[in-house]
Amino acid sequence: MTSISFDVAHLLAGSMLVLSFLLLYQDRITATLNVFALQAIMLSLAVAWQALIQEAPHLMVTALIALTVKGFVIPAALHRIVRRLGIHREIEQVIGGGPTMLTGLGLVALSILLVMPVGQGVSLLTREDLAFALAVILLGLLMMITRRNAVTQIIGFMSLENGLVLAASGAKGMPLVVEFSVAFSILIAFIVFGVFVFRIRERFDTVDVSALDRFRGERSDHS
Amino acid sequence: MVAVIALWCVAALAIVAASATILGRLAVGTPIIYAGSLVASLVALAAALAHLLDPHAAVATLTLPIGVPWLGTHFRIDPLSAFFLIVTNLGGAAASLYALGYGRHEAAPLRVLPYFPAYLAGMNLVVLADDAFTFLVAWEFMSLASWALVLADHRAPENARAAFIYLVMASFGTLCLLLAFGLLAGPEGGYVFATIRDSHPQPVIASLVLLLVLVGAGSKAGLVPLHVWLPLAHPAAPSHVSALMSGVMTKVAVYGFIRIIFDLVGELAWWHSLIVLALAGLTTVLGVLYALMQHDLKRLLAYHTVENIGIIYIGLGLALAFKANGIDWAAALALTAGLFHVLNHSIFKSLLFFGAGAVLTATHERDMERLGGLIHTMPKTAFAFLIGCIAISALPPLNGFVSEWLTFQAILVSPQLPQWGLKLMVPSVGALLALSAALAAACFVKAFGVTFLGRSRSHAAQTAKEVDRFSLSAMFILATLCLLAGVLPGVVIDILAPVTQSLVGSVVPKHAGPPWFSIVPIAESRSSYNGMIILLFLVISGWLTALFIHRFATRATRRSAIWDCGYPDPSTATQYSSSSFAMPIRRVFGTTVFDVHERIDMPRPGEMRAGNFQLKVFDPAWRMVYGPLTRLVDTAANRLNALQFLTIRSYLTLTFSALIVLLIVVAAWS
Repeated sequence: MTSISFDVAHLLAGSMLVLSFLLLYQDRITATLNVFALQAIMLSLAVAWQALIQEAPHLMVTALIALTVKGFVIPAALHRIVRRLGIHREIEQVIGGGPTMLTGLGLVALSILLVMPVGQGVSLLTREDLAFALAVILLGLLMMITRRNAVTQIIGFMSLENGLVLAASGAKGMPLVVEFSVAFSILIAFIVFGVFVFRIRERFDTVDVSALDRFRGERSDHS
Repeated sequence: MVAVIALWCVAALAIVAASATILGRLAVGTPIIYAGSLVASLVALAAALAHLLDPHAAVATLTLPIGVPWLGTHFRIDPLSAFFLIVTNLGGAAASLYALGYGRHEAAPLRVLPYFPAYLAGMNLVVLADDAFTFLVAWEFMSLASWALVLADHRAPENARAAFIYLVMASFGTLCLLLAFGLLAGPEGGYVFATIRDSHPQPVIASLVLLLVLVGAGSKAGLVPLHVWLPLAHPAAPSHVSALMSGVMTKVAVYGFIRIIFDLVGELAWWHSLIVLALAGLTTVLGVLYALMQHDLKRLLAYHTVENIGIIYIGLGLALAFKANGIDWAAALALTAGLFHVLNHSIFKSLLFFGAGAVLTATHERDMERLGGLIHTMPKTAFAFLIGCIAISALPPLNGFVSEWLTFQAILVSPQLPQWGLKLMVPSVGALLALSAALAAACFVKAFGVTFLGRSRSHAAQTAKEVDRFSLSAMFILATLCLLAGVLPGVVIDILAPVTQSLVGSVVPKHAGPPWFSIVPIAESRSSYNGMIILLFLVISGWLTALFIHRFATRATRRSAIWDCGYPDPSTATQYSSSSFAMPIRRVFGTTVFDVHERIDMPRPGEMRAGNFQLKVFDPAWRMVYGPLTRLVDTAANRLNALQFLTIRSYLTLTFSALIVLLIVVAAWS
């Protein structure tokens, strides 16, 4: 039982990491949205599995929230935004695909190196989970800084948050109230982001954030 | 018990400070506040004196459950803190008494009254503190209270500048002390002094702590080149506060140095004392040279404090050198000399600042070039000021001579030191000390002569009135103490015995008892000093001379004009002025030590216009240390300015890279 539960948890968390890599080099916006939705579904599965093996029913609520909000509501809303903005066919140029992937690999190695010695006291499962979660978080950050499009930057942020929830679910005994507040803050952040994206678009006719830099009159990193 | 009394006094001072915010609005408030400060200081003084005189007094500690939750607030009274409590509260009591009269002339009492007792309370707390946190909080409290007092007359632009520079230097000093305590506390965070005392720091840590404390406490005390705020801030404050800042707060800084280096760090290598001695020697000579160049009376006194701090640090550096070599009795001698000078300087520097304050009250003038002849209008002030001048010039039989003599005795023991570095360094420091003693005498001949002798250079000086009773009594009490400590130095040395016993494990031999009043620091065959004999000799020979003259000289009184060098010019400007008195020394050291700009505009023969002489003396510390520093900060700020105008993505990248770098450090560490 222990080995199976460990393996399944490992598989789910690992697949989240793989999806993070997919997000990192995916250059079509709609595809990116879909991958993100998939990652959220994976997250809800991982959390649900944790609820099962930790026998913590309240984690099921977390899984449910993750599934509905991040798996369906947010991707659907983003799809709508993208379509209304008319950028659903756009191909975003990902900055330095190869080097980015290599950096991502380095970050995964770093997070494993970090977590392995730290978590000597805790169970193997928590430790692995933490390593994966940290990797997902770092990859989400990396995605935010390699993207130019505001929508994909939002996705980077959301994916980062997926890593946070994964890490939190691995730690035993996280109170429900924390999860609720995290979930709500994500929703609010999403709303704020959505409003901003439209405002940016309204003003600059694009959601490329380098337009903001040009507007500020500073050197842009286009050149 | 004594710690409890002292803390109650601190609490009383705090209450007085709080009530001053209300009472300061009333006319009767000023005397009430200063009387309250006086009583609290006197009680604390008596308690500390009783503690130090009691041979069975034990080290007392006290922990209050306030402050940082897991630490509490620790207080401790041992011989060292008891001695500095005496210094602090003696100065505090004298300043309060003086202010009973002087404070009446305050233009805006509310800008002084609340901060004065708070400042006294802060200094007492520094001396009582027994953990790093309490020490630093009290230290900073003391700095801020005195900063507010420097700003008492905030409309003058130079005061605002002085306060700003003071604030910068004080914060910088506290930062250095903070780092020093961090190093001493180690990774376990043992911030209680008892824990630090038990943990013996590594040699590298000890060296770093010494440097940090030299800068941190030295910037407060006024070691060259950290002295620049002193001559700006001390004159800016009201005179009784100047006396406290110059006479007492610099001593609290010396206390911080002794507490950390001698008590907490403990073992140091012999070459550490080289650094202290070199800085001290430099401070001594430069301080007095700059003092000689001043024509503002209070600024002259402030610069002279720098010199005295140098003398104190010479004693401390010698004590370090002897202690590192295990010559405990010589270390005790050097430390006694330094601590004796701490007490002496606090007394006569307060006295001199009171005198300067009295002159300021009577004439509204600090510039010596506009004073003169005050001995006729303010004879009592002039007499007290003269006593202070003799004491600070280290002339027997007053107290300044004794402590400098003891320092020289310690210097003369230096051939016993095994290291050649010290064998060469100590005599050269001794030479600097001798030079500075001579220059100090010149400096105070100038200060007293130009201010009090000759003819009045301005109408204000001519019509000055003697100051009130309180100011005079404060000055005369301090002058008496100068004489007592000079004539009976054995008593002070014996009071200091428990302090040196606890810090270097040895004492200067007991002196009380026969042979009468003479002090023998090493051995009878080497040297001894008897202030009483010198006093008796001076009194008897002076009396005999007077008798002789009155007996045999003609009694006929002749009145005639003062000798005028052949130029019967009625103008008072033809007298020796402050800058002309200092001219020979300025010429000798002008190019090497000072930035002197002299401009002489002589009319050619036949021209009818007046000649013109302009003199500007700058402190080269500004050009050599602070100028480059300011430019460096400016350049760095300009470079970093670019960081304000990055793109959002660049900011994210910066944050991300910082995070990654830190994570890598963590990964490499574990």
